[in-house]
Amino acid sequence: MPQLVSIAGLSVAFGGVPVLRGVDLALEKGEALGLVGESGSGKSVTWLGALGLLPRHAQVSGSVRLEGREILGASAAELDRVRGGRIAMIFQDPASALNPVLTIRKQLCEALALHRDLQGNGVKAEARRLLDLVGIPDAGRRLEAYPHEFSGGQIQRIMIAMALAGNPDLLIADEPTTALDATIQAQILELLSTVRRELGMAMVLISHDLGVVAENCDRVAVMYAGRIVEQAPSNQLFADPVHPYAQGLIGALPPLDGPRRRLTAIPGTVPDPAHMPDGCAFAPRCTLAAEPCGLAAPSLAPIADDRSVACIRAEASRRALLGVAAE
Amino acid sequence: MSPPLVEVSAVSRSYAMRSGMFGRSTAVHAVDGVSLTIAKGETLGLVGESGSGKSTTGRIVLGLEPPDGGEVRFQGKPMAAPGTAAWRAQRARMQMIFQDPLGALDRRLPVATQIREPLDIHGLGTPAEREDRVRELLRAVELTPAHGARYPGALSGGQRQRIVLARALATKPNFLVCDEPVSALDVSIQAQVVNLLADLQAQLSLTLLFISHDLRVVRQISTVVAVMYLGRIVEIGSADDLFARPEHPYTQALVSASPAPGRRSAGRIVLSGDPPNPAARPSGCAFHPRCPRAIARCASEVPALAAVGGNRQVACHLVAGAATRDAA
Repeated sequence: MPQLVSIAGLSVAFGGVPVLRGVDLALEKGEALGLVGESGSGKSVTWLGALGLLPRHAQVSGSVRLEGREILGASAAELDRVRGGRIAMIFQDPASALNPVLTIRKQLCEALALHRDLQGNGVKAEARRLLDLVGIPDAGRRLEAYPHEFSGGQIQRIMIAMALAGNPDLLIADEPTTALDATIQAQILELLSTVRRELGMAMVLISHDLGVVAENCDRVAVMYAGRIVEQAPSNQLFADPVHPYAQGLIGALPPLDGPRRRLTAIPGTVPDPAHMPDGCAFAPRCTLAAEPCGLAAPSLAPIADDRSVACIRAEASRRALLGVAAE
Repeated sequence: MSPPLVEVSAVSRSYAMRSGMFGRSTAVHAVDGVSLTIAKGETLGLVGESGSGKSTTGRIVLGLEPPDGGEVRFQGKPMAAPGTAAWRAQRARMQMIFQDPLGALDRRLPVATQIREPLDIHGLGTPAEREDRVRELLRAVELTPAHGARYPGALSGGQRQRIVLARALATKPNFLVCDEPVSALDVSIQAQVVNLLADLQAQLSLTLLFISHDLRVVRQISTVVAVMYLGRIVEIGSADDLFARPEHPYTQALVSASPAPGRRSAGRIVLSGDPPNPAARPSGCAFHPRCPRAIARCASEVPALAAVGGNRQVACHLVAGAATRDAA
């Protein structure tokens, strides 16, 4: 499969403080990739940086290729074609992404006029088709409504419709359901997977919720302190996590059925980006940390087909997990 | 069985809401006839989506909000009238923890001073004893006196929530109402705080009312769980089997909507329709417009919470019907 997007050595610093420290990530056409990590791990900054959406004082370096063409540092005109046209993005707080004093029709048609070669009634018909596609009932009449007349779940549907306006090859969904109630979250996730299947679109789902990512993605990358620490097909990651941080995240999640057990909390807190520990950033919180962990930051190395992990104690960690399972 | 510490009987609370600038005001029933009992040392988990009335219930139980109808009894006695000396004495026995610890703390005071404040307000101990108590409380929440000297801005989210917890425990309360206490925290920190809360509960034999939208966290910490929908309890039962065998169609949808690692979304119940508007409450069972199993009776008759075996109670015509059939 040809690669749609490949990111290599992407780094971002704000005022000399590194927040993203060399991210390598590749995405195939039509693939769903999940990006998990806690706040400040760099999951959103990766894509904001890749698409040139960070404020000017951010220092971005590395390489981001879209079907082989470098887009990092590309001209504004070229980026305008990429953003919305090839790669679209939706955010956590959909209400603040819409203009409250314009009707949905105006805002949808604006996106369509920018990215599609449509005129007059064609634009309106397409706007209506998009609203239908995302499951807004009575789309023709609702086009004339203002954002405040919709519920939170419907607003996120409208944002998805706007993102689809440019027929993108890749949709980046940054915590798309975090602000929504559980039953509405299930609706939006189902809509995203239907749309993706029908349009053959690739998706990056950014979330702090392991469950959301596990259920909706083919492959998952776990981020910690500005780096990817483990990458694996989602069923394998959750059945057999290798990196101690990935193990910790899964152990910290209370089970919904079966016996209740004490949660295995990861001790300590995420390191301050301005005072990053030497070597592996997770070592100070890691139960398996050994002396060499403090010397150099481990790089992401393949351990099996389609799996890679950045941990020099990966073997020990795997044994520890199997030992626990064997008991 | 020990007598209940908290007894809530048929409390209701409605607010007046105006639709539009000149619209007529309509009554919004935030809580409608909720009855609960919490035994000493137990945790009652209250789950529901936004607008289900779970936070209002918590506030009524604490006496922060007077109920329009019904009664709350604490240690067998009715709640004293707000503002009286008896009320203050009673309030020292019950405390609340909110979702946003930064909003609950004063950014301009060192956190140790804030932990001390309830002791000063309720006049507990001599100044030297209060200092000792603050140190003891910091230790109880696994922080050091050095953390106590800091300002809230210099602490992480998890540490701030520990400070809020220490302050709530200062007056040695018997009862804590926790309203989404870990929802704003990252998973790894959330696990630390949940474990700490469970340890403190065991050490101090605390009784908890734990309010959250997160089914996993609620199950982890609760002995009994109640599910609320539009101001009413639709199902209540023991935490161990409520989510394993949900009976009410709404609980079933809620459990099914909760994503789990290692499980694909096959066979998920996805409810159609929006979350309900408390100002426009559907007739009969409030859940019937979204219920996949609704029958004609659901639209006209409000189902009452009825026991269906074990210690489970469900408010659903379909489930109650099944139970009576089994009995016959």
